[in-house]
Amino acid sequence: MIALFLRDVKLGLRAGGGALVGILFFLAVIAVVPFGVGPDLNLLARIGPAILWIGALLAGLLGLDRLFQADREDGALDVLLVHAPGFNLALAVLVKCLAHWTAAILPLVVASPLLGLFMNMTPQGIGATALTLLVGTPAIAFIGAVGAAVAVALPRGGLLVSVVILPLVIPVLIFGVSAAYAAVNDPDPFLPPFLILAALTLFFAVIGPAAAALALHHGSD
Amino acid sequence: MNENVATGWSITALANPTRFISIADKVIPWLGGLAALAIAVALWMGFNAPEDYQQGVTVRIMYIHVPFAWLAMFGYSMMAASALGTLVWRHPLADVSVKAAAPIGAAFTLLALVTGSIWGKPMWGTWWVWDARLTSVFVLFLMYLGLIALNRALDDPSRAAKASAVLALIGFVNIPIIKFSVDWWNTLHQPAAVFRMDGPTIHASLLWPLMISALGFTLLFLTLHLMAMRTEILRRRVTAMRRLAARRADKG
Repeated sequence: MIALFLRDVKLGLRAGGGALVGILFFLAVIAVVPFGVGPDLNLLARIGPAILWIGALLAGLLGLDRLFQADREDGALDVLLVHAPGFNLALAVLVKCLAHWTAAILPLVVASPLLGLFMNMTPQGIGATALTLLVGTPAIAFIGAVGAAVAVALPRGGLLVSVVILPLVIPVLIFGVSAAYAAVNDPDPFLPPFLILAALTLFFAVIGPAAAALALHHGSD
Repeated sequence: MNENVATGWSITALANPTRFISIADKVIPWLGGLAALAIAVALWMGFNAPEDYQQGVTVRIMYIHVPFAWLAMFGYSMMAASALGTLVWRHPLADVSVKAAAPIGAAFTLLALVTGSIWGKPMWGTWWVWDARLTSVFVLFLMYLGLIALNRALDDPSRAAKASAVLALIGFVNIPIIKFSVDWWNTLHQPAAVFRMDGPTIHASLLWPLMISALGFTLLFLTLHLMAMRTEILRRRVTAMRRLAARRADKG
């Protein structure tokens, strides 16, 4: 499992520009916002956490459709299916999700404080947003695994994966953004939405890989 | 793969769908007639029911809006149950049921959203608010559309069935959120008034037309669902026959 993790992280980082492209996309999304809503710094500071979350969400969706597809093409997925049936397959999917998160989404979390500066956010707001992203974004990978597994047989499933999983990611977005806001706006409590966010991540860490494994199992020839 | 599908059709599945179609042929006219009758009665009663002292005549939208919203959730629940049937019991008709329910459920969800928004304009002063109930129903609508898109994208029916069954089960998380959204959050949408622990809070004169209307539209949903399932089975049969004919043509 550790070998699988390391292999996937290496592949994710090296193939096609890897993490850098994701960060560039994230940067581009954030940079577009001031052009859209105008360069009013107060407004940007207010919507900053939400924009960062949406940007990270979109950037996190980018490579998802390749999560199992590359493995399917070179036969690694069949090896996994044969050698790791049942519970182990779910575990392998979980490991693959974590590897995807480490290679593609963790760099976004690391880059988010810098982009928070662009949005004129306070240090506290930046810290809170980065923290909520760190806790919440694994859920995107776990939910995304279901979409990727369901659409694994499609040659051009990228758009479909995004359409299918975006509705499911909405709760994560809601609680992530509300926790980030609560850290800045004083009377709102930070901990309840943050704990719900953590609970969502853990919940999808169980449901997502299990469902994805089921879909992969049935989707194989 | 194709061989397996073909033999599967001829041995186990074909016997069952044939019986299903013959039963459906008998049931559909009755169900449809009852649905039409109940809806007609409900509409007549609805238009003769007293007006609300605050909402005036607009309260009559309730008689269609509430059944639509209830069927939007009912449709998804039925789809999730059928998805379970596909994955656990491998029932041959369960995946047909999932596929047939999705467009009907999406239509009822859209109708619930549209009637709700027409009702919301005079009552709340706005077509749309992003409160928990409205947003979660909108998410339900998106999930219906995603399922339909997925089902369309995969050619092989058995593979499409498995994929959409997994997705339908995952999306079922949303149903309790919709149901309890009005209790968990302070929303503009009013809390549940009919199905409550301490009995309905609606006066009987308004409740009866609502219940009959709900019954009528549920029957309508079931009628449409059976018809869609029958059509889907026939469509699959045509595809299988075409394949068989093509194979024969190849040999001959």
